Amino acid sequence: MMTEREPNPTEPAMPPAVTNFVAASAAAAPEGAPSAIRQFLKARGSGGFADKTFAGLMLLCALSIFAIVIFILTILTVRSKLSLAQFGFHFFVHSGWDPVAGDFGALPFIVGTLETSLLALAMAVPLALGVAIFLSELCPQRLRAPISFVTELLAAIPSVVYGLWAVFVLVPIMRDQLGPLLSKYLGWTGLFEGYNFGVGILTASIILAIMILPIISSITRDIMLAVPTSQREAVLALGATRWEMIRTGVLRNARIGIVGAVILGLGRALGETMAVTMVVGNHPEIAKSLFAPGYTLASVIANEFSEATGDMYLSALIEIGLALFLVTIVVNAIARLMVWAVTRGTPARAH
Amino acid sequence: MSTNPFHTPPPSNEAGLPPPANRKSLWTRVNTARRYVVNHLITGLSVLSTVIVIVPLVAILVYLVYMGASSLNLNFFTKIPAPVGETGGGMANAMVGSGIVLALASLMGVPVGIAAGVYLAEFGRGKLLATTVRFTADVLNGVPSIVMGISIYALIVKPQQHYSAFAGGVALAIMMVPTIARTTEEMLATVPHAIREAALGLGVPKWRTVVSVSLKTASPGIITGCMLAFARVAGETAPLLFTAFGNQFWSYKLTEPIAALPLQIYVYAMSPYDEWHRLAWAGSLVLIVMIMVAVTLVRIYASRGVLKGAS
Repeated sequence: MMTEREPNPTEPAMPPAVTNFVAASAAAAPEGAPSAIRQFLKARGSGGFADKTFAGLMLLCALSIFAIVIFILTILTVRSKLSLAQFGFHFFVHSGWDPVAGDFGALPFIVGTLETSLLALAMAVPLALGVAIFLSELCPQRLRAPISFVTELLAAIPSVVYGLWAVFVLVPIMRDQLGPLLSKYLGWTGLFEGYNFGVGILTASIILAIMILPIISSITRDIMLAVPTSQREAVLALGATRWEMIRTGVLRNARIGIVGAVILGLGRALGETMAVTMVVGNHPEIAKSLFAPGYTLASVIANEFSEATGDMYLSALIEIGLALFLVTIVVNAIARLMVWAVTRGTPARAH
Repeated sequence: MSTNPFHTPPPSNEAGLPPPANRKSLWTRVNTARRYVVNHLITGLSVLSTVIVIVPLVAILVYLVYMGASSLNLNFFTKIPAPVGETGGGMANAMVGSGIVLALASLMGVPVGIAAGVYLAEFGRGKLLATTVRFTADVLNGVPSIVMGISIYALIVKPQQHYSAFAGGVALAIMMVPTIARTTEEMLATVPHAIREAALGLGVPKWRTVVSVSLKTASPGIITGCMLAFARVAGETAPLLFTAFGNQFWSYKLTEPIAALPLQIYVYAMSPYDEWHRLAWAGSLVLIVMIMVAVTLVRIYASRGVLKGAS
């Protein structure tokens, strides 16, 4: 197209980077007419209408994200009206779960969810911090990329595959090796009593810990890398050892963001469904022993939803879903704000 | 001798001062030793925790490849599940079903997600609305997938009175939107302003600038972002439990229950039959290989610097 254009002495030469349609109209422009671009624009309209439509369309799609949240909230509230009206707040502090007798209380699921999530955090957070410190401060440059790649691969494995592995590998280990060991040495705490089936709260917590580790460690690493190097250099210049530098120069500056990363991990753990459902034991009872089978909010939905007979049963399960939605929204909002407080200015990651 | 007014000559050793090392008290030396021990201890712990984290992944992957590869055969890719008690059978219908549901989800989720990202990056810079949308997208990313499942159940499945592939597609699509919106925004933010200004300066309308300049420049990053979102929902089981539901037979219709690979793995893993366990392992291997290929492609792009920060 550019080659067809004849040189025009009355016009300043256009740089070759001009887009094709401008060049094409310039070729057609008669001598003495207003500049080619002006004429081209006049010929094809101001574009104001197209621009407005386009911007509106983009805005509509952006607003669809709000719409999704509002839609989930509304539909869950509407569909759980029956049990909301019947049980009220009592639903969340009552521990009976007998669908046949029409007795519904979510307390065992709430306790199970909190128990597994907090145990998983207790196991995952120290390890994740260690990994993040290693990756951001200690790791030789050559190892950094492969190790972060491996931790990110961990994050990419689907939940159901973790569950499959847990059912066939972790459960036997818990039943035959780790479980007896724990009840032998830590039996006095009363947490490792009773019959050990292999499935139960502890097994679910371990698989949860493995699953949330990569999330916490990769966000923590990003936050620690966001701390300016001058901070590190200043502390080192005062004669600090490397650990003192990490403690005072990096961890102290990044602490809000790290807490945020941990809460993000908590959010993931609260809502994790498949792997937990496969190994938690699915028994709606609150027990002191960590070997005892339990139940979580997400796993009761996964397990009983499709066989829920009766409107009240379904409505109670949807109310559990609503509670799960609200709790994870709040937890994630707090976590995001904390992470943003530290990494503002550096590009956020899509986690 | 020196012209520097701040310069004080060092004290000469002849004045009787002992060499500095001897001036350190016992306490100082113990403290220094303690600091160095703690330093090495923490370094060791940090390396140890990295090893502890890597071990389960390697264990899971090795076990998965071993179990999966030993049970993978041609039947797996060509046959539908065999009735209980019979050997053989495969997951061909589940793979096709997964493909249909994922294609449906991408068809709905990708355009909306990209458009939302375009709004955030090109139209909403600095606006309160954009900040709120961005925040909501991040929060929505953390909502458990099972909640999406029951919402879509309540919206589509319940009124229609039957499970359907379409419902599964919608559930996965609304999971893709926030992820794609955020990566698209990040990718567009890396496009230099000078390029946009050059286009606008030539009189190109804004919409055309966005489509042919911004989006085109950022397209490798956006494509990888979409693949990441795709890889993430490809392994999702929970939202499909009450929407696509699963199917033991061939089904192509969008209005009927359809099989999906993760669903089939779940059902088979929880079954009491060894033959089905074998198929579950094979299915997991296929699923993981699919996802790993996507993620690795993303890493290759990322290492080229096209997709900085997002992975």
